[in-house]
Amino acid sequence: MSFFHALQINENVCEGCSHCMRVCPTEAIRVRDGKAHINENRCIDCGNCFIACPHKAVFVKQDDFEEIFKFPCRVALVPAVFLGQFKDEISVSRIYAILNEIGFQHVIETEITVPIYTEAKNRLEREGNNKPLISSYCPAIVRLIQVKFPGLVENIMPVKAPLDITAMYIRRKLVKDGWPEDQIGVFYVTPCAAKIAAVKSPVGEEKSSVDGVINMDSLYNRVYKKIKEQGHDYKEVKLPIAQLTSDSILTSLTNGERRLSIAEHSLSIDGMDNCIEFLEKVENEEIEGVDFLELRACDQSCPGGILTYNNRFLTCERMFNRARYVAGKERRGEMTRADEVEEERQYLLDNISVDEVEPRSISLDPDISKALEKMNKIKELERKLPQIDCGICGAPSCDALAEDIVCNGCKLSDCIFVQRNMEANKDMKVEESLKIMEDIWGYEKIISFVKKKNNEI
Amino acid sequence: MHLEYTVVEGDFVNAGSASSSIKKTLKQLSVNPSIVKRVVVALYEAEVNAIAHAYGGVVTADIDAGKILIRVIDKGPGIPDIDWAMQEGHSTASPEVRNMGFGAGMGLPNIKKNVDRLNVQSTVGVGTTVEMEVNLS
Repeated sequence: MSFFHALQINENVCEGCSHCMRVCPTEAIRVRDGKAHINENRCIDCGNCFIACPHKAVFVKQDDFEEIFKFPCRVALVPAVFLGQFKDEISVSRIYAILNEIGFQHVIETEITVPIYTEAKNRLEREGNNKPLISSYCPAIVRLIQVKFPGLVENIMPVKAPLDITAMYIRRKLVKDGWPEDQIGVFYVTPCAAKIAAVKSPVGEEKSSVDGVINMDSLYNRVYKKIKEQGHDYKEVKLPIAQLTSDSILTSLTNGERRLSIAEHSLSIDGMDNCIEFLEKVENEEIEGVDFLELRACDQSCPGGILTYNNRFLTCERMFNRARYVAGKERRGEMTRADEVEEERQYLLDNISVDEVEPRSISLDPDISKALEKMNKIKELERKLPQIDCGICGAPSCDALAEDIVCNGCKLSDCIFVQRNMEANKDMKVEESLKIMEDIWGYEKIISFVKKKNNEI
Repeated sequence: MHLEYTVVEGDFVNAGSASSSIKKTLKQLSVNPSIVKRVVVALYEAEVNAIAHAYGGVVTADIDAGKILIRVIDKGPGIPDIDWAMQEGHSTASPEVRNMGFGAGMGLPNIKKNVDRLNVQSTVGVGTTVEMEVNLS
C-alpha cells in the first residue's frame, strides 16, 4: 500500500548531496544514481528534507490554482497563520478583499470551529481512556506515530482536526444557502506538506471535505503582488460577523491546545526531534501521569511550517498581538459570538469522530520467523560495518545499510570501508569500486571528482 | 536471537535501556504493539528492581518465532520470601529508593500481570533470577 505524499524530489535539480537523507526522522531517503529517492511507505511529510535541501530540489506538490474555477462556489479556508504572514498595517479586511478578487467568493478562517474541536477533545480528556491522550491536530505527528510508534496509535484522539471540521461546516452552510454539493469547492491554504497529505489521503476517514490545497507561499505571492499593485488605492470588505476568539487565534501556536486542556497534567512539545524523544519515553511507559499531549512537528508549531513566508517568531508575535487585541474586546463584551457556527454545533459534534488510526509500521517481514532470520542477518552485518554513519553508501546509517542489504538488494561492498578492505586484499579492483561509487553518487560526480588527474584538482 | 545487557546498581538514570532496545527489536519483527507493550512494561519493572534492590545485574533476551524469554539475573541480597514479595504493596525498598518514586511494592505483581510465564528464583545472600516469558503471537 502506498500513500499520497506532497513532498517530492525534482530530479533535474537534485545534486544527490545527501543533506536531506541525513535529517529524515524516519530514514526514508536514499541516494542512488546521484539523486535522492524518498521511500513512500516511510515518509511522513514532515518537511525536514525540504528545509535541509540547499538546491531547492525538494518541492511540495500542489493543485493547480486554476482548479478552483472548476467550482462555481469557491471557498478559501484560511488558517490564522496566513494572516500572520502580513505586516500589521495590512488589514485583515484588505486581505479578505484580495482573496475575493482573485477568485474566492467566500473566505473562512480554519480556526472558527476550534470551540467545537476543543469540546470534543475535552470530552475525551474527561473519559480518560488510553492516557496520555495525544492530539490529532498535527498530521505529521499522526503519521510519525503510525510509522514509528505503532503501539501508541490508540492514544491519538479520534477527532477531526479543525481544518476538516470547518470544511464540513462551510459545506453544510452553503448547501443550506442553496448551493448543490458538487458545485462547492473548498480550498485549504496550507502552511505545511503534512496537511496536504492529510487532505489527499486522510487517516481514519474515507474522504476529506476539502477539495483542494493551495500552498501558503504561492498564495502569499499572489496576495502580495496585489498589495504592491494597489499601493494606497485599495478597498476593504466588511468582515464576516463571526470572528475568531482569542483562544482560537492561538490554537495553531505551541501551547494553543494545551492552554485549553482541562487535564491536570498536560504537555506541549514542538519540533520533530523533541517529539520523537518524548514519544520514545511514552512508549516505554517511562512517563507516568501525563493526561494530554500536544505535539507539533514544526518548531513554533504551524508558524514554522515549511510553506510559510514570514519568520516563524515574527508570525507568532503578530498572532499573539491579534489575540491580545481580541481578548480586550472580549473582556469589554464587544465581540460577536460565532452564532452561525454555534447553530451547527450538534451536527459538527455528531460528525467529528474518525475511525481509530491504524499503525503503518515498517516491518522486516510479515512472517515472524522470516523477520527473525532477516534480523539475525542484519545484526551480523552491523558488526561488519564501521558504525560511523558516514552516508557514503547512500544510506543514512550503517544500520540502515545493513537493513538495505538484507531487504533491498544492496551489497556489503557499498560500504567504502569494505571496499578499501577488499582492495587491500586484492579482492576488488579500483575500477570495480569506482563503479559502485558511480551507481550511488552518479556518473558525473565520479567524473568530476575522482577521475580527474592529480594536477586538475 | 540472543541479546544481552548490563544493569548497573543505583543507576536509575539509565533504567529502561534494555527494555528500550528490546522494544525496537520487537517492533522490527512486527510483533503486535500490545504484546510489545507488555514486554516493555514487565522488563522495565524488572530492570528497576535490579537497580533498586540488587547490585545491578545482567539482562538476557532470547527471541524465537513463538516467544521471548527474558532473564534478569542479579547478584543481590536475594528475596527471603518470594510469595510475600509477589503481593502488591510489599516492598523492602530503602527510604532513599522510595524517595525517588520507586519501591511501592508493585514491581513483581506488575511483572506477573504482563507476562505469560514468570519464574522467580532467589537465594538469600547470593542473588535473584527473574525469568519471564511472553508469547509473541
